[in-house]
Amino acid sequence: MGVVEGIGARVARKEDRRFITGKGRYTDDMNVVGMKHAIFVRSPHAHARIKGIDKSEALNVPGVIDVLDGDQLAADGIGNLICGWMIHSRDGSPMKMGDWRPLAGDTVRYVGEAVVIVVADTKAIAREAAEKVVIDYEELDAVTDLVTAVEPGAPQIHPVADNNLVFDWTIGDEMAVEEAISDAAHIVELEVSNNRLIPNAMEPRATLGHYDAGEDHYTCWTTSQNPHVARLVMSAFYNVAPENKLRVIAPDVGGGFGSKIFIYPEEIVCLWASKRTGVPVKWVADRTESFMTDAHGRDHLSTIKIALDANKKITAFKIDTLANLGAYMSLFSSSVPTYLYATLLSGQYDVPNIFANVRTVYTNTTPVDAYRGAGRPEASYLIERAMETAARQLDMDPAELRRINFVKTFPHETPVIMTYDAGDFEASLDVAMEAADYAGFPARKAEAKARGKLRGIGFNCYIEACGIAPSKAVGSLGAGVGLWESAEVRVNAVGTIEVLTGSHSHGQGHETTFAQLVAERLGVGLDSISIVHGDTDKVQMGMGTYGSRSGAVGMSAIAGALDKVEAKAKKVAAHLLEADESDIVIENGEVKVAGTDKKLAWHEVSLACYTAHNLPDGMEPGLKETSFYDPSNFTFPAGCYICEVEVDPDTGTTQIIQFVAADDFGNIINPMIVEGQVHGGVAQGIGQAMLEGCAYDPESGQLLTASYMDYAMPRAHDLPSFNVLTTTTPCPSNPLGIKGCGEAGAIGSPGALINAITDAIGNNDLSMPATPQNVWAALNAK
Amino acid sequence: MYATNYHRASSLSEAEQMLAAAEEGKLLSGGQTLIPTMKQRLAAPTDIVDLRHVAELKGISVSGGVVKIGAGTTHAEVAGSADVKNACPALAGLASHIGDPHVRHMGTIGGSIANNDPAADYPSAMLALNATIHTNKREIAADDFFVGMFETALGDDEIVTAVSFEAPDSAAYQKFPNPASRYAMAGVFVAKKGGTVRVGVTGAGSDGAYRASDMEQALSGSFSPDALEGVSVDPGGMLSDIHGTAEYRAHLVKVMAKRAVAAA
Repeated sequence: MGVVEGIGARVARKEDRRFITGKGRYTDDMNVVGMKHAIFVRSPHAHARIKGIDKSEALNVPGVIDVLDGDQLAADGIGNLICGWMIHSRDGSPMKMGDWRPLAGDTVRYVGEAVVIVVADTKAIAREAAEKVVIDYEELDAVTDLVTAVEPGAPQIHPVADNNLVFDWTIGDEMAVEEAISDAAHIVELEVSNNRLIPNAMEPRATLGHYDAGEDHYTCWTTSQNPHVARLVMSAFYNVAPENKLRVIAPDVGGGFGSKIFIYPEEIVCLWASKRTGVPVKWVADRTESFMTDAHGRDHLSTIKIALDANKKITAFKIDTLANLGAYMSLFSSSVPTYLYATLLSGQYDVPNIFANVRTVYTNTTPVDAYRGAGRPEASYLIERAMETAARQLDMDPAELRRINFVKTFPHETPVIMTYDAGDFEASLDVAMEAADYAGFPARKAEAKARGKLRGIGFNCYIEACGIAPSKAVGSLGAGVGLWESAEVRVNAVGTIEVLTGSHSHGQGHETTFAQLVAERLGVGLDSISIVHGDTDKVQMGMGTYGSRSGAVGMSAIAGALDKVEAKAKKVAAHLLEADESDIVIENGEVKVAGTDKKLAWHEVSLACYTAHNLPDGMEPGLKETSFYDPSNFTFPAGCYICEVEVDPDTGTTQIIQFVAADDFGNIINPMIVEGQVHGGVAQGIGQAMLEGCAYDPESGQLLTASYMDYAMPRAHDLPSFNVLTTTTPCPSNPLGIKGCGEAGAIGSPGALINAITDAIGNNDLSMPATPQNVWAALNAK
Repeated sequence: MYATNYHRASSLSEAEQMLAAAEEGKLLSGGQTLIPTMKQRLAAPTDIVDLRHVAELKGISVSGGVVKIGAGTTHAEVAGSADVKNACPALAGLASHIGDPHVRHMGTIGGSIANNDPAADYPSAMLALNATIHTNKREIAADDFFVGMFETALGDDEIVTAVSFEAPDSAAYQKFPNPASRYAMAGVFVAKKGGTVRVGVTGAGSDGAYRASDMEQALSGSFSPDALEGVSVDPGGMLSDIHGTAEYRAHLVKVMAKRAVAAA
């Protein structure tokens, strides 16, 4: 309280100075003496058998250190890549995990799969030599589309998965749902696809593997959102090195959006190749490799059936979803279309009965895993398009249909195992409708019509789950790890502070927001606080950044460590000031006896802890505390997004007239950073809804959108000026009342946009991306 | 990029000699297509002959109603030229919307038409303006110059030196950009000179830029958007890809043509 740079202050980001002056240090900026460069030879085929690899000519290129293949990797005992979340099918059988070798074995299953690594003095030499590696492929039939993949007779991708089915999973009460459907006064049905996306982080993936033979120790610099998890997985499953002999450093990372959570073949192979060749090995993806090999997102096809009673109250949701996992099961791929998706299928609504069936399938495509929102965008888009469809079918105002079905009391237990702890969905709806001047829309529509344009307006009332996650709960659901977070607060003798956190910042602004928490609690200036992250040698075990968890979970751990630091500081101050510990308060950088003028400066207390000349009997010197925080529940950010568009019927071009985002993120640490997260998230959601569509050639399995010539990213002129608003119900499940804001924009925006466009064109049969061509086709298909 | 030999020409004749001496030489003008193609290892000339320092290829002149633009003139120079804006504002406008600022300050009109990308903007304008393409050997009418997708009438040893055209009475260019690349998915340049109307179309035709003769006929009778109402564009001759089907492109050609006429 009263601290200028504490919680709630619009502090400019501390890290931006180095980023905008080009002083950031990314993995490709790391150089080690003797370092060499790697190029991966990748499969040009979507599905093929490898009959032979001839490396002789490549090995003869001057400057080539070595050319290594999958057999050598396997012979050295390096393990397969794994999926870390076990899902069981409804018949009780475990998911069918096909072998994924870091360098291909006898079969390649998608275009871009790594087959051979070439290590050479320079990248140019490695590239020349890579072209001289001769791989004899026997091409096999490929399948890229998730519907075709599960049809009888489709090409078989993994021997372990009959008909390419990975699992057939359900949640909810099927009988109750069928009963509700048969009793319903109204039934609304809809089929919705959720388009496949390519992440496109600004910084391509990169890694530098360094084996130190003298120490028998490995160091891996990598573009990771969770270096400790990378170390754990590479040690425990891939047999690269034991954890105590493997240091993973994720320095500045230029965006992740989920795609840098996962452990990829390249990190493993470069570490192994470094030991094998005796030189440090660096690999940096080029942009085409990023398109082909960064885990993709989404790619669902779903049907939903809504049952309503005569009062337009929802009595059941029934959902069937096919989800494309690509050629292999990436690290968390199984959790995305199950526990991160189907558990949110109640939306903001009080739905007594829900049943969902999710089938996941292999295809000859890049592996699919978490991407900004990870399952929740798919859930919200499905529910919110269906709600808009229902309103149109029932001839109701879409806001009104939502309003009468909102969850209004908390905690609220859904039929899909979530307990919403807090929220006020009507508040965000009201704020958004007022900001969008919903009442004035009919007049604006008429005015547009007079100009020959089609106006539409659409809602998306989203809810999502962040702050992942209670370890016991996710463990019971199949997670291979706990999802707590750790923090260490080190107060130096002079009172400055280092916070070591397991959260990883790759654009989120943690160096600022985490410091704001410390400033709030201890009253010291932001310049006296450093945030340390991203290095397993510096920071104790942590779980990393994804699922908008760094505030709710990571900062809660810092708060826990601060509690302990404060408690010890108070004990010391009470001793020095000869006061009762319960009378000590910490305020504005001072440790005081409440109601008196007796006080010590913060640095006097920390110095006393380290000189240890006069500490209470039995107290250890030093002022440094650690906390592991395991959340008691998910958090539930929610809000209402309203989008208004104008469609040019001549070309199908959509112009976004206004976009209102009213979010409830609970308590907010730095409103400016929150707004930035919403802006970025909404831009990404608009990208998905209007522009981004990953496409494969159905015959050859080639990635057609492998560059920016064919993959459309949102540009500034595609986007309106966002109207970002907040309402607040503090989260009761963590000490700071934080819910999380990193993904909401991407979760809530696609539905609002497509609902607006379908309203404008009067045809609900429109798939993302709503490119001009697709909108024009829908407009003319009526 | 594969290794290549770089040669900087300081005159047209020197460029001719360098090109003749090369085993598999390529001319480099703005490099906005050639360099990315080489970086992707899709082109591997043994030698590149840089034309950017050849003074004879520079400059814009207007004389007696004839506009002449040196082949080495960048898009930004065309876009910013008071002479071009005065004589043919539609062409300046076209140049101002090619690519992005980087492309416009590097890419040249000669490079663009010699490459004849089926989605490039300039070829449609050259056709509609009935331009003459000047080379180190001869003069070629635009109608004869653009042969097909990435194909021109240029010989192996031929270098575009300039383009020239008579300033039209009125002209306009309308393009519908590809959502990803921003190249034209349908770009229509309409030019009227006396009683003659010429219509150049880019981005849409499966053989590259072409003249829409039925539109020209309709517009010669009445230069108004309504005159195009009865003209149908055959999807049969259109490109088709993930961004636009042949039907959509055919539709867009007509929409862009009407808008160009309205703007002219």
